[in-house]
Amino acid sequence: MRRVGLGVLGALLLAAPFWVWNPYYVHILIMAGIFTILALSLNLLLGYTGQLSLGHAAFFGIGAYTSALLALRLDWPAWAGFVAAVLVAGLAGYGVGKVSLKLRGAYFVLVTISFAGVIYLVSVNWMELTNGPLGLPGVPPFEVAVAGLFELSFRSKPAFYYLVLGVAALAYLVCRRLVSSRIGRAFIALRENEALAESVGIDGTRYLVLAAVVSAAMAGAAGSLYAHYTRFVSPEVFLFTYTVTMVIMVVAGGKGTLAGPVVGAVLFTVLPEALREVTSWQWQMLLYGVLLILTVFFLPKGVVPALETWLRERRAIRP
Amino acid sequence: MSLRVEEMAVHFGGVAALADVSFEVEAGRITSMIGPNGAGKTTAFNVITGFLRPLRGRVLYEGDPLTGLKPFQIAERGIVRTFQKTNVFPQTAVLDNVMIGLHLRERAGLAAILLRRRRVREEEATLAALAEEILAFVGLAHRRREPAGALPFGEQRLLELAIALAARPRLLLLDEPASGMNPAEKTAVMGLIRRIREQGVTVFLVEHDMRLVMGISDRVIVLHLGRVIAQGAPGEVQSDPQVISAYLGGR
Repeated sequence: MRRVGLGVLGALLLAAPFWVWNPYYVHILIMAGIFTILALSLNLLLGYTGQLSLGHAAFFGIGAYTSALLALRLDWPAWAGFVAAVLVAGLAGYGVGKVSLKLRGAYFVLVTISFAGVIYLVSVNWMELTNGPLGLPGVPPFEVAVAGLFELSFRSKPAFYYLVLGVAALAYLVCRRLVSSRIGRAFIALRENEALAESVGIDGTRYLVLAAVVSAAMAGAAGSLYAHYTRFVSPEVFLFTYTVTMVIMVVAGGKGTLAGPVVGAVLFTVLPEALREVTSWQWQMLLYGVLLILTVFFLPKGVVPALETWLRERRAIRP
Repeated sequence: MSLRVEEMAVHFGGVAALADVSFEVEAGRITSMIGPNGAGKTTAFNVITGFLRPLRGRVLYEGDPLTGLKPFQIAERGIVRTFQKTNVFPQTAVLDNVMIGLHLRERAGLAAILLRRRRVREEEATLAALAEEILAFVGLAHRRREPAGALPFGEQRLLELAIALAARPRLLLLDEPASGMNPAEKTAVMGLIRRIREQGVTVFLVEHDMRLVMGISDRVIVLHLGRVIAQGAPGEVQSDPQVISAYLGGR
């Protein structure tokens, strides 16, 4: 039953560019994919280790700038820039984690906020490197080419959609394998009972830093895709709004579940756009806010856990 | 000789919780620490397992100093504890609680896990079977899928024991393992502790239930107001006038 459901979902996603004819809708799907990667990445920290990163946009932005700068200044091919973006963001996650995860909790929240603030200021003020508030236009499209042999371009929207879908699927797989392993069990143990976790030999700091590295690297991947998709990077990528959106997606979708951030990301990317269709712009964000409050009020654990409970209860009634 | 505590002192503010306490826990035996509330028993546990730094003194395990090590490093050396207040991973299934306890027995690294190598899957399967075995040992096999927080109190205490055993202790420290249990459950725990010792694990426990302490201990250490006032076989300690006055409040 579950397999059939997943198969149908997979087929629908793979065929999306064929039945979603409006390019604007494909754009929304691409953004939903990028946010899925971001939400998965935040969920690894917030959902599984219980540590809240309120500067997650910084890792996203670092990925975007790394890709853009390497492509524009050093003519790196996009795939190499993508790999570099993942590594640089992961390294930043390591630094932030090392500094703050010895103390954890509120300190981690504060350090991540400050880190995002500092990185934003650097991006605005280091004119020579980042071109300041004007940003970096003309980031090349994502293309993979082996000289003379073949060329694969992700310039068109449908092609880029498949690239994002692939990376999102990979991010999901990484999360799934991690959380069902000894590493994931250590994350959960630290979230639920740190003293007990340490007493059975789990090195708290080490595992939290590891979570921060993987999470930041994943956000960096999303940033790189974003840079090559919009072809323009500006300090706006570091804005707190991005972080808030990620937190909303993770919490409303269901933190600490694998499907939660995916559902949350798709729902809260599509929702504002759907509201734009049905109401005027004055009402769009207002309705969005009301719907968000209702979700949190009636489904405090998120959409996915609520759905799971509902299914389980239904199954229990019908033998 | 297994564990040796030398002139351990702990102060909370101006209060001496432990004042130059020295004792030994012999390998392969069951040693109990008793004493009125506030005698410093849990404090001593916290120092031994690295949750608290002593003001003075040191802890030696098989000749090596433990002082200054972090709790997880002490667990790596085969010293595992339970806690006085019930302590499980509440939202996690009972079986997964024990799987977490098995952490130190797993070897899989990040790369192998992400590639899901056959070795990793085999390790997972072996450990799941081991976790089932440990659950059966404490008598919780029928609860394996339930979230730990939903278990009745007595069973949560048994789960704590299972988690600690999963970490493969050579020295097991139990902080009031029978508190809050009914008489039948207490008898069951006594049997379990004996069987744990028979498997070669040294047991060091803090307990208030005298029937349990006197029934299973090879040695008893009596702590009062942060000092050791008596130690020896259960029979000797029971008739010690200092112990009687500490418990009854005489002078």
